[in-house]
Amino acid sequence: MKLRLFSYDQLNTFVHRLSGLSKLVCFLLLTSAVMLTYDIRVILGILLLSYVMILIAKIRFSQIRLMLIYVAAFLIFNFFLTYAFAPEYGCEIYGTKHVLYTFGGPYTVTLEQLFYQITKLLKYLSVIPLGIIFVLTTNPSEFASSLNSIGVSYRICTALALTLRYFPDVADDYNTISLAQQARGLEMSSKAKMMDRLKRTSGILVPLIMTTMDRIDIISNAMDLRSFGKYKKRTWYAARPLKKEDWLAMGVSLCALLISLYVRFFINHSLFYNPFV
Amino acid sequence: MTKEAVITFKNFGFKYFSQKEKTLHDIDLTVYRGEKILIAGPSGCGKSTLGNCINGLIPFAYKGEITGSLTVDGIETKTASLFKLSEKVGTVLQDSDGQFIGLSVGEDIAFALENDMIPQPEMKERVRKIAQIVDMESSITQNPHDLSGGQKQRVSLAGVMVEDADILLFDEPLANLDPKTGKTAIELIDDIARDDRTVIIIEHRLEDVLHRPVDRIILLEEGRIVMDAPPDEVLASGILTRYGVREPLYLTAARYAGAQITADMKPASLTAFRTDEIRDDLQRWYDANYKRPTEETGKDMLEIRDLSFSYDGVRPTLQNINIMIHEGEMLSIVGKNGAGKTTLASILCGFLKPDKGEIRMYGEDLSPLSVSERAEYIGIVMQNPNQMISKTMIFEEVSLGLRIRNVPEEEIEKRVHDVLKICGLYEFRNWPISALSFGQKKRVTIASILVLNPKILILDEPTAGQDYRHYSEIMEFLRKLNENGQTIILITHDMHLMLEYTERALVLCDSKLIADEKAFEVLCDSKLVNAANLKETSLFDLAQRAGISDPTGFVECFIHYDREVREHEA
Repeated sequence: MKLRLFSYDQLNTFVHRLSGLSKLVCFLLLTSAVMLTYDIRVILGILLLSYVMILIAKIRFSQIRLMLIYVAAFLIFNFFLTYAFAPEYGCEIYGTKHVLYTFGGPYTVTLEQLFYQITKLLKYLSVIPLGIIFVLTTNPSEFASSLNSIGVSYRICTALALTLRYFPDVADDYNTISLAQQARGLEMSSKAKMMDRLKRTSGILVPLIMTTMDRIDIISNAMDLRSFGKYKKRTWYAARPLKKEDWLAMGVSLCALLISLYVRFFINHSLFYNPFV
Repeated sequence: MTKEAVITFKNFGFKYFSQKEKTLHDIDLTVYRGEKILIAGPSGCGKSTLGNCINGLIPFAYKGEITGSLTVDGIETKTASLFKLSEKVGTVLQDSDGQFIGLSVGEDIAFALENDMIPQPEMKERVRKIAQIVDMESSITQNPHDLSGGQKQRVSLAGVMVEDADILLFDEPLANLDPKTGKTAIELIDDIARDDRTVIIIEHRLEDVLHRPVDRIILLEEGRIVMDAPPDEVLASGILTRYGVREPLYLTAARYAGAQITADMKPASLTAFRTDEIRDDLQRWYDANYKRPTEETGKDMLEIRDLSFSYDGVRPTLQNINIMIHEGEMLSIVGKNGAGKTTLASILCGFLKPDKGEIRMYGEDLSPLSVSERAEYIGIVMQNPNQMISKTMIFEEVSLGLRIRNVPEEEIEKRVHDVLKICGLYEFRNWPISALSFGQKKRVTIASILVLNPKILILDEPTAGQDYRHYSEIMEFLRKLNENGQTIILITHDMHLMLEYTERALVLCDSKLIADEKAFEVLCDSKLVNAANLKETSLFDLAQRAGISDPTGFVECFIHYDREVREHEA
């Protein structure tokens, strides 16, 4: 069974039809828009946009379940740590203090802190889907061609595309090797102690490195024989010229960034939006 | 018509910088335009090196010292560039899986064009045309990894043909292909060779390549050309076996029967072979040697009952498999790729849990055992030794399994030494593994499993990619193990292997066990042969063409006779 971590699905949706370059630009613009503001209204807007995009791209829950579990764990952890380290930070920012609940000692729950932390949480929640969309809907080769078209060396682009493309193979190798070692008695199941299992994982690395080196040797010969690196430039089979939709998407993203900046400098006059004053 | 030379070696020699000795000596060879050449020889004879000299990997990717001269289409290779040469010579490397660069068939075919800066519209058009030639046009957007073995080969071929090179070089095109796919690959190469292209095939599986005619066979041994002649002459000379290349089985049979083979009898192809001249010899030999073998089977050992498995819960990979394996057997599991062979082995070793069914050894249910506990009942040797070896020294590698089990040190030493002696590795026990040949590495991996005393040993394609000499070495070793009582299961699609070394063959097809018979019977049954992507053995064809009354009996007779000859030699 192939482990398909970066497998993009070849669907024919609006998001899939966008070129890799415009998806990258949109991703960067929208991420900056979120990063440069703490205004919950702007963030909610982008959050809504990114979830609509997930729906349009027909990304299924089963594809991203594992990723979401990790993200959720991180967010929850982060939420409580933020509170534990700076329980009064919200009050500092907004300059008021509406106490909702007191744990005793210095730990109180204030409306300001809650508002600050929810804003922060939403920031993460609006950026993560953008990343997911980018990874799951972009063909690595086409993305490499896009990167090349904005001036990145094609050797680096190809290396990147190949890494993504070989990842499943190496993961397969890892699986085979791990089983081969277990068959010789390296107990990796729950019958062994955690420390032992960790130590024995290293016994898998030597053969994994050997087989990966073999792979690299074969592929680099195959590339040499088919004239890779003949000229300073190359063309791309998977390249897609920018179409109206691409300009539209980039335009919308740019507007989002401009709105975010406008709100920050001309409406809020600060990084934060303050509903308490 | 005068023949135009396209490749000329003159007093050519090559030495890798990393090696002391020359790999190629005094090569004088001329290949003419439009010829189809087979370069054969045992592993390490320098045939791949010779190929790499032609395509330019030598000296541009592998550094070394060249003496003499080599011109390809008028270019002296040592002063040319890899790019210049790749315009002239297209190379299809072995193992098409490892060389796909693109994520779709079309993209992979286009790779060379991309590097040549062909504009995209023209590139797409050329890719489409080439895909049409190799009959892959309908799969142009598919991922090459999801294709069958034969389709993969078509894609790699297309990727090379797209450059319009006049010379095509195939480096072991049959490695990793099952017999039937290999047969179509040879037919495909032959069709392409028709268009006035020069084709060079490097391969040691002679009988399979000769399925379609070649103009000349170049036989290499230790870096020198020992024969350069038309196939009929090479085969009639009978020197192939001496140089570690296996001759076609039908010829071996004819020689056993005492027939004198001359080039005039056209021995290079069974369809052209003058079998009428040797009919009497064959019949006499068959009558003299055929005897009904006595049947004896060991005690019941491993029972697989009503086993079913599916990876995704929808499509079954194995359905209701029932097998009884007896003590001391050596049997083969055959079937085309994806038929469930490897899955069955993985279930036996406990890597996968069956959805339904039981596996019992001497009546004991194996299902509660973990993978590592099960290793003491059933051990598996993987196809690629590099996937198993994790230590640098032989002794360390073989003792690993015992160390983990906390066996006392003196006992480890004794058991490892014993097993190293059995495997013929005792003298090397303190050597680094990196100094060993492929066949020796394979034996190290077998030793590292044997040391755990598994009751059954499973080997996945034990001889894949091995020449005749190493093949015989590995298989004779396994046969000896088997004679000492070791039960062995071989997963393979090598017909010679199943025919010569295993009595019984299990045929898996589309998740079902469709036959559990004598190996030679499987290879004489065209329905089974087709289902398992095998090829009928040429012995059967020979017997039919020579009018032997019972062709299957003839094959059986050959197998027993051949086994005795080998035992006598060993």
